[in-house]
Amino acid sequence: MLLNQFLLLAAILFSIGVYGVIVRRNGVLVLMSIELILNAVNINLVAFGTANGISGQVFSLFVIAVAAAEVGVGLAIVLLIYRNRRSIDIDELDELKG
Amino acid sequence: MWFLTHAWLVPALPALSFLITLLFGKKVLGPRRVHWIGILFVSAAFVLALCTAGAWIQHSGDAAHDQRAALAQVDGECSRVGAAAHAGDAELAGVLAGEHAAAGHAAEAGGHGTAAAAEGAAEGEHLSQPVVRCAHWWDSGDRSFTIGTLVDGQAVMMLVVVTLISLLVHVFSTDYVNGDRRYVHYFAFLSLFTASMLFFVLAENTLQMIVGWELVGVCSYALIGHWWEEKPNGDAAMKAFLTNRVGDVGLLVGMITLFFAAGETFSVLDINTLANNGQISHTLLLISACCLIAAVMSKSGQFILHTWLPDAMAGPTPVSALIHAATMVVAGIYMVGRLYPVFWHGLSIGGSSINLLAVVGSVTALLGALLAFVQKDIKKVLAYSTISQLGFMVTALGVGAWTAAMFHLFTHAMFKACLFLGAGSLSHAAHHSFDMVDDMGGLRKVMPKTFATYLVAAAALSGIFPLSGFWSKDEIVAGTGGLNDANGTYYFALVLLLIAAFCTAAYMTRTVWYAFFGEYRGHGHPHESGSRITIPLIILAVLGAIAGAANLPGKILGWELPESIALRLEHYVEPVGVFFPGHDAGFSHAGFNFGLALLSLAVALAGVGIAWAFYAGGRFAWMAGLSERNALAGWFKRLLENKYYLDRLYTDIIVGGIKRPIAHAANWINQNVLDGVVNGVGRSTVGVGRWVYSRIDQGVVDGVVNGTASVSSASGGGLRKLQTGRVQQYAVLFFAAAALLAGALVVAIGS
Repeated sequence: MLLNQFLLLAAILFSIGVYGVIVRRNGVLVLMSIELILNAVNINLVAFGTANGISGQVFSLFVIAVAAAEVGVGLAIVLLIYRNRRSIDIDELDELKG
Repeated sequence: MWFLTHAWLVPALPALSFLITLLFGKKVLGPRRVHWIGILFVSAAFVLALCTAGAWIQHSGDAAHDQRAALAQVDGECSRVGAAAHAGDAELAGVLAGEHAAAGHAAEAGGHGTAAAAEGAAEGEHLSQPVVRCAHWWDSGDRSFTIGTLVDGQAVMMLVVVTLISLLVHVFSTDYVNGDRRYVHYFAFLSLFTASMLFFVLAENTLQMIVGWELVGVCSYALIGHWWEEKPNGDAAMKAFLTNRVGDVGLLVGMITLFFAAGETFSVLDINTLANNGQISHTLLLISACCLIAAVMSKSGQFILHTWLPDAMAGPTPVSALIHAATMVVAGIYMVGRLYPVFWHGLSIGGSSINLLAVVGSVTALLGALLAFVQKDIKKVLAYSTISQLGFMVTALGVGAWTAAMFHLFTHAMFKACLFLGAGSLSHAAHHSFDMVDDMGGLRKVMPKTFATYLVAAAALSGIFPLSGFWSKDEIVAGTGGLNDANGTYYFALVLLLIAAFCTAAYMTRTVWYAFFGEYRGHGHPHESGSRITIPLIILAVLGAIAGAANLPGKILGWELPESIALRLEHYVEPVGVFFPGHDAGFSHAGFNFGLALLSLAVALAGVGIAWAFYAGGRFAWMAGLSERNALAGWFKRLLENKYYLDRLYTDIIVGGIKRPIAHAANWINQNVLDGVVNGVGRSTVGVGRWVYSRIDQGVVDGVVNGTASVSSASGGGLRKLQTGRVQQYAVLFFAAAALLAGALVVAIGS
C-alpha cells in the first residue's frame, strides 16, 4: 500500500525535525527544524487526503500559510535576539531559569 | 365615719413628710427650716387622729342602737370568720354575710370594703365594732394578701398618743438639735419613725404588723446612731438592731404559727375570733404566745433582752423620748393587746396564778427599777425606769388587766416623754452632759420651768395621788391582786410590783435630788431653755398630771362616780366582742380597791420619803458606803453596776463562745480547703497550660504549619531544578511526554 510509504517518510521527517529542534543551538536552524515537523504533518495530511477526500489537502494549504507566518515571527525574534546579544545560541538564553 | 374609714391618712401624712423632707426639704426650704415640713404634716396627722378619736366615740355610741346594721356591714374580704362566728346569732350572721357576698357590692368593685366585725351581744353591753377597711395588696400563688386599717379603741388611743408625742418631739427638736450636721436627715427619720409606728398601730393583719414592727426597728437604728461618728453611738444602734433581731425571730415564728393555726389567715380579727372560740388548739396558741413573748421581750425591753434600751440613750434625747413614750418600745405591749385572745387562751391567763407573761413583766419591773439606782447618767435612769414601767404593762397584760395595761401605756407616754424632754433640757443647760452626779445639781433655781415639769412628771411616775401614774399603776396592782373580781390571783406579781413601785419612787427622788438640789457641780452657767423646749414640757406635764382622769374607777369607797366620767378609757378603748376574751365569762376587771390603793400610795410615799431622807436629810447614814463594808451589799452593787452581767453573758460567753470556734473553723477551712481547692485548680490549670503549650501548640499546630512550609520548600527546591530556562530541555520533556502519551493511546486503542 502506497500510504505506508508516505507515512513512513512523514515519520522520518518528523523525527529529523524533532532532533533538530532539540539538539541544534542555532536559532535559525531550530526554526528550520520546526518547518520540517510541519512539513511532515503536511505529508501526512495529503497522504490521508487521497483516501478521504479533498479536505486533507486544503488543511495542508492552511498549515503552509500559518507556517509562513510563524517563520516570519520566528525570524523576527531571532533577529532581535541577535541584535541584543550578538549571538543566536539558544543555550545562552536561560533567563527563565528557576 | 369618714375619719374611721380613712384612718390610713394618719400614717400617710408623716410618710409623705419623710419623702418631702428628704427629697425637697434642703433645696426648697433650706437646711435650717426643713422642720416646718415635719411639724406641719405631723400636726395635720394629730388633728386627724383627734377627729378619728371623736368619730370613734360617736361610732361606739351609734352602733349600740343598730345592731343589725352593724352585722350587715361584715364583708368577706377582710375577715372570713368575723360575722359567721357571731356567738349569739350565728345563723343570722351567716345568712347576712352570704347575702352580702351575693350582692357583691363595694368589696368586689373597689377591692376594698367596710367591715365592722361582729359583736358579742350580751344584753346591756356597749358595742364597739372595729372598723376594718382593706385593699388588695399582692398575690402569691392562689392566695391574695390584703392591706388595710383596723380602727378600734386601742388603735385610736395610740394614734392620738403617737401623733401628740411626735408633734411635741418635733417642736422640741427644732431647738435641741439646732445646727446639727444632719438636720434634714434627722427630721426625715423622725417623720418616718412616726409613720412606721402609725402604720403598725393601724395594721389590719399580722403581716402588716410585722412590716410596721421592722420599719420601727430600722428607724430606731437610724436615729439611735444619728451621731455615728462616735463609735459608741454606732455600736449602740447596732446593738439595738441586733437585739431586736433576736426577738424578731420569735415574732416571725409566732406569726407564722398563728397563720397556719388560724386556717391560713393573717387577719387579726380572724385570728382573735378563732382563738377565742376555741377553734385553735391550746398547744398551738401556747407555742405562738411564747414565741411572740420573745418578740415583746426584745422590742419592749423585757428582762434578759432589755440590754439594748439603756444603750439606745446614745441617740439624741428627743428620739429617746419618742422611742420610750410613743413608738418602738410600746409596740410590744400593743402587739400583745392586739392579739390578746392568743395570749389569754394560750397562757390560760384567766384560770392560772402564774404565767410567762406575768413572770417576765413583774421580774422586769423589779430588776429594771433596781438597775436605775446605780446609774449616774440621768437618761439611763429614765431608760431603766421605762424598762420597769413596761414590765408593769406586761404584767398587767399577763394577769388579765388589759385595760390597765393600755391605761398605763397612755399615762406613761405623757409623763415619760416629759421626763425625757426634761432631761434633754437639763443637758442643754449643763453643757450636753447627762451625768447628773458630776455635772448637774442646784438647777432648781435657774431652770424653774424644767424643774416644775420634771417634778410633776416624776411624781406621776412614782404614783403619787392624784397624778396620772397613781391611777394607772393602781389599776395594774389591783389587777394582780385578785382581791376583787379580777382574773386569777397573782400574788407574786403583786409583791414584785409593790417593791418595784417603791424603788421607782426612790430612784426618781434620787434623780430630782441630784439634778435640781444641792450645789451646781458642772461647768459654766446653766440657763433655762428656750420656749420651744419648755412649751412641750409644760404641755406634757399638764397631760401627765391629768391623764389619769381618762379612766377613773367607777366606785371609790362605795361612792359611785357618774358614768359619764368614770372608766371612759375602758368604755371606749377596750374591745368587746367575739374577738376579745371579754364576750363571755372569764374576763373581768379589777375594781378599785381602797386598801390596795392606799398600800401602793404608801409604798410610793415611803420610797420618796426614804430616798429624800437619805439624800437631802443625811439620814440612814449607815446605808452610805454600805457596799464597801458589807460583802453581800458590795456583791449586790457590783451585780447591779455590771447590769447583772448580761452584756458580758451576751458578748463574751455567747457571742465569744460561738464566734471563736466558728472563726477558727472558718479560718481553717479557708486556709486548707478553700485555698487548697483554689490552689489546686490554679496549679492544675498551669500544668494543663504547659502541657498544651509544649505538646499541642508546639508539636501539633506548629508541626502542621512548619511541615506544610517545609514540604512546599522541598518540593519547590526539587521542581526548581527542572526549570532550567533552556527551551530545548522543555522541548525534550514535551516531546517525551507526547511520545509516552501516544504510546499509551496506541496501546489503549489497539487492545
